[in-house]
Amino acid sequence: MSTATNGRGSMEASAGGTQQSMDSALLPSAKPVQLVDPEGCHTHDDRYPLPDGELLLSAYGHLVAGRRINDQANALVRQGRLAVYPSSHGQEACQVAAAVVLAGEDWLFPTYRDTVAVITRGIDPLQVFSLLRGDWHGGYDPHEHRVAPQATPLATQLLHAVGVGHAAKLRGESTVVLAMCGDGATSEGDFHEAMNFAAVFHVPVVFLIQNNEFAISVPLDHQTVAPSLAHKAIGYGMPGERVDGNDLAALLAVLGAAVDRARDGGGPSLIEAHTYRMHAHTNADDATRYRSADDVERWVPRDPILRMRTYLRGLTLLTDEGEHALSDAADSIAATIRGGLNTEAEVDPAQLFEYVYAEKTSQLREQAEQLREELARDAEAESAGAGDQAEGELR
Amino acid sequence: MTQTTEAPPAGSPHRSRPVPVKAASTFAQALNAALADAMEADPTVLMFGEDVGVLGGVFRITDGLTARFGEERCFDTPLAEAGIVGMAVGMAMNGMRPVVEMQFDAFAYPAFEQVVSHVAKMRNRTRGAVHLPIVIRIPYAGGIGGVEHHCDSSEAYYAHTPGLTVLAPATVRDAYFLLREAIASPDPVVFLEPKKLYWSREDVDLAELRRTFEDGQAPRRIGRAVVARAGTDATLISYGPSVPTALAAAAAAAEEGRSIEVIDLRSIVPFDDETVCESVRRTGRAVVVAEAPGFASVASEIVARVQERCFHSLAAPVLRVTGFDIPYPSPKLEHFYLPSVDRILDAVDDLQWED
Ligand SMILES: Cc1ncc(C[n+]2csc(CCOP(=O)(O)OP(=O)(O)O)c2C)c(N)n1
Repeated sequence: MSTATNGRGSMEASAGGTQQSMDSALLPSAKPVQLVDPEGCHTHDDRYPLPDGELLLSAYGHLVAGRRINDQANALVRQGRLAVYPSSHGQEACQVAAAVVLAGEDWLFPTYRDTVAVITRGIDPLQVFSLLRGDWHGGYDPHEHRVAPQATPLATQLLHAVGVGHAAKLRGESTVVLAMCGDGATSEGDFHEAMNFAAVFHVPVVFLIQNNEFAISVPLDHQTVAPSLAHKAIGYGMPGERVDGNDLAALLAVLGAAVDRARDGGGPSLIEAHTYRMHAHTNADDATRYRSADDVERWVPRDPILRMRTYLRGLTLLTDEGEHALSDAADSIAATIRGGLNTEAEVDPAQLFEYVYAEKTSQLREQAEQLREELARDAEAESAGAGDQAEGELR
Repeated sequence: MTQTTEAPPAGSPHRSRPVPVKAASTFAQALNAALADAMEADPTVLMFGEDVGVLGGVFRITDGLTARFGEERCFDTPLAEAGIVGMAVGMAMNGMRPVVEMQFDAFAYPAFEQVVSHVAKMRNRTRGAVHLPIVIRIPYAGGIGGVEHHCDSSEAYYAHTPGLTVLAPATVRDAYFLLREAIASPDPVVFLEPKKLYWSREDVDLAELRRTFEDGQAPRRIGRAVVARAGTDATLISYGPSVPTALAAAAAAAEEGRSIEVIDLRSIVPFDDETVCESVRRTGRAVVVAEAPGFASVASEIVARVQERCFHSLAAPVLRVTGFDIPYPSPKLEHFYLPSVDRILDAVDDLQWED
């Protein structure tokens, strides 16, 4: 068996010293990587240079828009326009960074909570919301922007990401895949299988865990007692890294490096972003049952927008004028979403039978015809009823 | 719809196996040839699973594929069924046609979540934008003296899931042609391989089958049942491992003067109502024969469909001969469980004959 030269992070080594350095190369940094602290000051990290101002500024724009999208979506649930919304309020830096570090040819595998990441990647928000609005289980073409459908069954999409990455490798493409999941999802069997497959097949996949401390009501220490989620990587033979999940600059640097590494043939890696879910799990959840207002308050000063704003303003990269422009842009996205969701989408019952098989089976053809007849009868009865009523009014 | 009446497969568990005269091929060889021919014809076809590489699969269905096509085309994965199926989803999303092997029926259950939630639904979720040409091969059902968890009949789980095509061949020819069709299908296919038929033989030339398939000469089999034995008095409806038993029962009934038609479904989903109903309307009597437990089964579904559609042609209620509603029994007890020729003949006797 070959050693680590095969690039698979093999644990075999001739001397104990080599073994140790190889192990520690896979271990996450002792403290989460941070490049801009909550006060908005640059904190130095030997391994990760601060991304350049242009990139930070444009990503900051997405951050502002992301917050507005979360707020707008929550409002639409209250108005009954969306069935449900799993908000990423407070986690927007992870959302934006995940989308921004990818090239056009790369793939993103998001979960139900990653709506902002999907929109940041460029997909029409109205198409994205068709899932939560209830028009269809997924509203966009995954191939168009290389974004998989948002996955609801936990951790299952991580394996699909490995498959896309493996196929890309076999086809000689330089595609990188970034797959997202939550802290709770790391307890699922599919999480383990995906890590292991990615490492064994040396697939260009970056796994991003958004550790927001809760899986619905269950805190992280009920999911794992590992030193960190990033530590899990070493067990699969891939590097793990911890990053401040509310620090846009650090996320861009760490995820960017992992994507570059994967593209250069360096294989998979696991990144744990430590953040906090400021809102309830969804609008249906009562978060006061499992956490206190104080807990939530503690995270307010660590807000990802606040600190990046201070940092950018300090460098005069962000001016009053610039802020207004970003705010206007975010408003206009929110207005588009509001406008689009305030009109009922037409739903065509005939579509029910359309996308089950490439060709409808005779059973589906029969059932489609049955529904068509039923609806035609209903419509006839309704128009007859309306006729009776009109006559009644005349009399 | 035209039907071809094909020769009943030789070798049923209830008759002594005829000695093959000339170059006969086994069911297993037909599957192996179908895989090799499909991989030869289309470079995007890949085969992976547990022990499918150097070993060639525990039933040797993938024998020689790694040597011939390389490790990138036929490879072993870590031991993880959800991983295998989940990775196949991603590979299919990215231009490949993965064929995966689940080592045994009951070991496919860890992957059930991936099959039901993703494999079956991707086309629907994406309104047709993403389709998954995946074949999930499962050595299935009993009759081989296997230990626990090696003999399940799991077809109802898959058949109940819209979006999946579910196939169960019973003859060497169908094994070859159905697997080629499955691999070519734009939809995901659960391909159930009756383990006890792996070693059954037919006098077929596999190279000839390949030419027939590739010339487009083979009649389509997905969604098309076949009359495996023609008859006029009653219809036995069966698929997969139970077809040889049904044929043996029909042969025995013929000696008693009853002409029994046997239908081999081959394709459970889509289901060929036309062939089944045409036969039952003609004979007026039907028995469904299947190895799985009968409650809430594919057999139940067939009975319901036939009663709904052929009620006025029926001279008797449609009956079922199935496994009992118990976990698949241990080897020494399985012969009590499996539908037998006698049990089928008893059911035929119960079809309210006038004589
Ligand atoms: C396989 C599976 N089990 C249970 C659920 C129900 N469920 C939805 S979200 C959730 C919590 C997930 O927590 P986490 O992975 O930390 O992600 P977060 O919601 O915090 O983003 C649960 C239990 C599910 N979606 N899938």
